[in-house]
Amino acid sequence: MTVEQAIALAPAERAIQLIGADLTEKSLKLHLDGLSGVDAVGLEARAADLSTRSIKTTSKAWALDKIIELIDLTTLEGADTPGKVRSLVAKAMTPDASDPSCPRPAAVCVYGDMVPVAAEALGSLKGLDQPGGGINVAAVATAFPSGRASLAVKLADTRDAVANGADEIDMVIDRGAFLSGRYGLVFDQIVAVKDACRKADGSFAHLKVILETGELNTYDNVRRASWLSILAGGDFIKTSTGKVSPAATLPVTLLMLQVVNDWHRLTGEKIGVKPAGGIRTSKDAIKYLVTVAETVGEEWLQPHLFRFGASSLLNDVLLQRQKLTTGRYSGPDYVTID
Amino acid sequence: MTRLSVPKTYKLYIGGKFPRSESGRVYEVASASGAFLANVAQASRKDARDAVRAARSAVAGWSGATGYNRGQVLYRIAELLEGRRAQFVEEIVQSEGVSADAAGKQVDAAIDVWVWYAGWADKYVQVAGNGNPVSGPYFNISTPEATGVVAVIAPQQSSLLGFVSVVAPALVSGNTVVVVASEKSPLSAISLSEVMATSDVPGGVVNVLTGSAAELAPWLAAHADVNAIDLAGAGETDWVDLQISAADTLKRVLTPEPGVPAPSVERVTFFTETKTVWHTKALI
Amino acid sequence: MSFLEYAPAPESKAILNLKKSYGLFIGGEFVDGHGTPFQTISPADESLIAEVASANAADVDLAVATARRAYDSVWSRMSGADRGKYLFRIARLVQERARELAVAESLDNGKPIKESRDVDVPLVAAWFFYYAGWADKLDYAGLGAAPRALGVAAQVIPWNFPLLMLAWKIAPALAAGNTVVLKPAETTPLSALIFAEILQQAELPAGVVNIITGAGDTGAALVNHPDVNKVAFTGSTAVGRAIAKSTAGTGKKITLELGGKAANIVFDDAPIDQAIEGIVNGIFFNQGHVCCAGSRLLVQENVHDEVIDRLKQRLSTLRLGDPLDKNTDIGAINSKEQLDRIRELSNVGEEEGAERWTADCAIPDKGFWFAPTIFTNVSSSHRIAREEVFGPVLSVLTFRTPAEAIAKANNTPYGLSAGIWSDKGSKVLAVADQLRAGVVWANTFNRFDPASPFGGYKESGYGREGGRHGLAAYLQSSGFGPLPELVEGRTPKKPAKKSTKGAKK
Repeated sequence: MTVEQAIALAPAERAIQLIGADLTEKSLKLHLDGLSGVDAVGLEARAADLSTRSIKTTSKAWALDKIIELIDLTTLEGADTPGKVRSLVAKAMTPDASDPSCPRPAAVCVYGDMVPVAAEALGSLKGLDQPGGGINVAAVATAFPSGRASLAVKLADTRDAVANGADEIDMVIDRGAFLSGRYGLVFDQIVAVKDACRKADGSFAHLKVILETGELNTYDNVRRASWLSILAGGDFIKTSTGKVSPAATLPVTLLMLQVVNDWHRLTGEKIGVKPAGGIRTSKDAIKYLVTVAETVGEEWLQPHLFRFGASSLLNDVLLQRQKLTTGRYSGPDYVTID
Repeated sequence: MTRLSVPKTYKLYIGGKFPRSESGRVYEVASASGAFLANVAQASRKDARDAVRAARSAVAGWSGATGYNRGQVLYRIAELLEGRRAQFVEEIVQSEGVSADAAGKQVDAAIDVWVWYAGWADKYVQVAGNGNPVSGPYFNISTPEATGVVAVIAPQQSSLLGFVSVVAPALVSGNTVVVVASEKSPLSAISLSEVMATSDVPGGVVNVLTGSAAELAPWLAAHADVNAIDLAGAGETDWVDLQISAADTLKRVLTPEPGVPAPSVERVTFFTETKTVWHTKALI
Repeated sequence: MSFLEYAPAPESKAILNLKKSYGLFIGGEFVDGHGTPFQTISPADESLIAEVASANAADVDLAVATARRAYDSVWSRMSGADRGKYLFRIARLVQERARELAVAESLDNGKPIKESRDVDVPLVAAWFFYYAGWADKLDYAGLGAAPRALGVAAQVIPWNFPLLMLAWKIAPALAAGNTVVLKPAETTPLSALIFAEILQQAELPAGVVNIITGAGDTGAALVNHPDVNKVAFTGSTAVGRAIAKSTAGTGKKITLELGGKAANIVFDDAPIDQAIEGIVNGIFFNQGHVCCAGSRLLVQENVHDEVIDRLKQRLSTLRLGDPLDKNTDIGAINSKEQLDRIRELSNVGEEEGAERWTADCAIPDKGFWFAPTIFTNVSSSHRIAREEVFGPVLSVLTFRTPAEAIAKANNTPYGLSAGIWSDKGSKVLAVADQLRAGVVWANTFNRFDPASPFGGYKESGYGREGGRHGLAAYLQSSGFGPLPELVEGRTPKKPAKKSTKGAKK
């Protein structure tokens, strides 16, 4: 038996605020291990209960539009080409060719090397926060999806994407390090990536931290990883890469929202949540909106605090939207494959 | 001019699907009076192998379902059997050469056996399991669980009732089954498979092989991924050799029975393993 | 527009096929009642649902005689397998008509459709399904070989889970071979009357189940009827006491399922978010009209403020309103009488010095409503810590150690249920060991299953419903009887093993 050395961690502000100036891997671990456990049966029962909410008529119409506004329209294939990315961007700019009143997604999400293509295709519409609205470019980085590369490579990946114009970075945590208990390593990597998100003008690309909940496996791990990611400086915590099953689930998203709620109650600061992968139907997406509103509050139903990582979801929402306006069930010929 | 019939093709039932034997073989099934009834697939050892694989992949889902759910699925089979009563009666009359009345009694008995076993799914644990009053600060409970994949040699002389009487009990606790139907009268078994395929029985929970027990049983008895074997209908084979072969992998073995086994909860619990869990109890 | 103000999502009443008036269900048909008919209303808006017959003493006589005849000539001669088949049919019909039953239940009782649809009615079907399978397996019930039925069972049920309580009574009684006369509660007869139609569809032999509507007098006449072999009652402890007294010396077998004041114990190592859900579910599910409700929150003192804080935040998303709206969480209080009682005891709570907090809910103009309410700073000596409110009112007490939690939890004449919230298995099991309660839920609450025995210690009643144990109430036990006489030269036979009836103290 050995006495662990108290290895100092990178001085992330939130962590210091919560744990103290003596911020080491040891103190971080003690804090994370001291968090409340999660009873999986109870968590899943609560998620199931939230799923029974019946969102109809005006609430449904509002929800459908809101879902679209919260989508990060995504293509992350090895086979992505400039043509594919341009097509995706065109879809984001005009989701429903038959209905100009249809809102736009919050962002398009692509691999880092596709960022220039996406940025050029968006043209003047690039930028969620511009007056009149727009669309951000989010890039996955840090050796997405596995995260299995050296820190130097992961940081270079991030810096490239930011230099190419990415407004947002979706990074992956090192799950191997997490599962083997090296929380300090996971923490320091997030801090370093956050730093690499610094743009030329001194502002930061906004950072989403992907936990890959399917690999973390237990809800207790997800709770710890969520806290760790927030303490290290993430702007959003995100469930999954979408490349591993299970990807996003309602219970795991509920748990992450509970962590975000706890952080808000503790500090007043608002962190965002992004479930990604496996959300294909409007019906499912509406359950997520309900879960957000009833767990952390309606205020979170906006692009700075909640996103859906999705691709086929958009078309299902458009079909539902069409039914609400025309009164009849629609079909795949009435929405564009991107 | 009487209407020309469309005779049914009888295939194997494996993994929820109806494949022919990979060997391509069939054998003739005749009525009691010797008339041609059907060519039935003659299953090979490879079919048996595939059936065991299908059965194994279905164990987690079936044994993981609640007793209530299994009971509902089994009860539904009885509902569908009842609905197709006429079909089964006709098949038995043709195959066994008995009167419609006798065939009707057999079908009714088979349905009732099925209902009896369905009702055990959510209660055999209460009869065969219990808390144990051990000495010491421990919570202790014994629960019977499914053993896994059960191979069954169905009774030879009864087409439907014999089949049901050996298949249903194994399913109650969550086992999946590979059953070799009666060689002489296999048609009811395949028709029952059609019932299962159209009810809520997950694919792979029941797998039905038609053919020779003498040829297939040795492969099932020796198969390392079969947990138990019911030799009910293997009385005419060298079944002691089968028992010896099964001993290599310490399978649980039920020896042959003359006739059709009576309904019994022991037939349910025989194919279970009792797990006893201890947990400390401390206030401070 | 606030998203959280969900648009109305009404469950349609069009599925109902209600009559304007209902008679008594005796001998397989609806017949006239000779007591003064009464009305059943919707507690959500006080509107009339139907007129319902009332059974007077003569009607009770007829019902019991009909049940007796059906027992003697049909039901006692029928095989267990056939009895089981009838019960399977009933289970399937309940599943088929599930939506209709759920809507009727919410309309008549006031509980949210979400609950009657997702909890009550599915459990009803499950209860009939479970006991159907026992009908031909009584040899395995643990009561000796071929245990015999008792005969005619008189069953009186409450208004809080009308159809579910009916299922808890009728299913095991029939499985065991008894015939039944059942009286639903005065304010909630509707689902039982629709159930009678289901019995007709199942072609249950006439007289095996008789359903007679009426109030307290009908119930008293029924349980005190001399030709009844068995009495099963769920309701208030006060009435349970009266029944135990009036049936003393009559030889009738009695089971009682009465009130409770359950402790829901939250330790500092509880899975906190799930514990909050468990507290909410424990006392606000079914508007707190639950005998086993977790009406006393015993929270470890070092996490008291945290828990109360989170609890209040959680209550802000509870929706009170139209029971037939699919998004309603808290429905109507079942009757004016019950509402008055809840208000009265809540006022007592304030007067006693507890601190009252009520969730901010818009209360409709008509109907009977009570917003979820929490009393903190409650002591064991307060009336609101001891008396059953039977409404959405939580009393919060604290404790320091597990032993103190147990002592406080047990410090009540009641003993129906309890909850334990802790992530530590050894503690959960040790605490469960020492709680004097018939049902202990750990890291969950209000879980019911036909395979799981339910019933109380002490003044919460005796006997168990559900599971193998639930059969004992409806069968003759071989275990009670005199020692055989000594015959010269022969040693006396050992007395038969005592059956374990659930009458523990």
